[in-house]
Amino acid sequence: MKILYFAWLRSKIGVPTETVELPAEVTTAGDLVEWLKTRSSRHAEALANSKVVKVAVNQEHVPYDHPISPTDEVALFPPVTGG
Amino acid sequence: MAIRVQAGDFDVGAEYAAFTAGRTSVGGVAMFVGLVRDIAGGAAVSAMTLEHYPGMTEKQLEAIEEEARRRWPLDDVLVIHRHGRLEPGDRIVMVATASAHRDAAFESCRFLMDWLKTRAPFWKLEATPEGERWVEAKESDDAAAARWVE
Repeated sequence: MKILYFAWLRSKIGVPTETVELPAEVTTAGDLVEWLKTRSSRHAEALANSKVVKVAVNQEHVPYDHPISPTDEVALFPPVTGG
Repeated sequence: MAIRVQAGDFDVGAEYAAFTAGRTSVGGVAMFVGLVRDIAGGAAVSAMTLEHYPGMTEKQLEAIEEEARRRWPLDDVLVIHRHGRLEPGDRIVMVATASAHRDAAFESCRFLMDWLKTRAPFWKLEATPEGERWVEAKESDDAAAARWVE
């Protein structure tokens, strides 16, 4: 699965994208955020406060209970601040 | 109909002229133009860099426009949003709505801005004398967007 990071999540994790092999038990957006925290201390620190970690699946905003599959484009980012 | 996400500046007068050209059924146009302020949260801002999520940005803005057209009788909608490095006084965003009557134009223009601010994937990085800082989302923006939830 391809994961994209934006804004301070990108700078804290240190890469704009990464490709990961999901374990079978990771089936929702929330599962993914929890699992990503175990990848490195940078991930753990960046993703510590889930209130400010938003998820998009295939370019749509989704809640944490939204299902994910390996072919999805998943993005993690802080609350948006455009306009 | 037009959604444009671009690095370059835009000319408000030229955009308005093109938006209304040949449209004699339009009774009113509402426009909002957002600018970069030189002060935020008590700190001087010397520059602002807007990051976005190419693809999702356009998709979200198109969905917001579609929702506005569903709610109000609009002749046309224009949304231009810039990305990249901007300085105080620079234009960031322009929304224009055209309708036969002013209420639909005013209300839909505000709706488009309120939803854009909470749904379009843009993030602002400010340069201040203390260094760079990411702008935090405001609860007042969430409240403004929530007013329009049906």
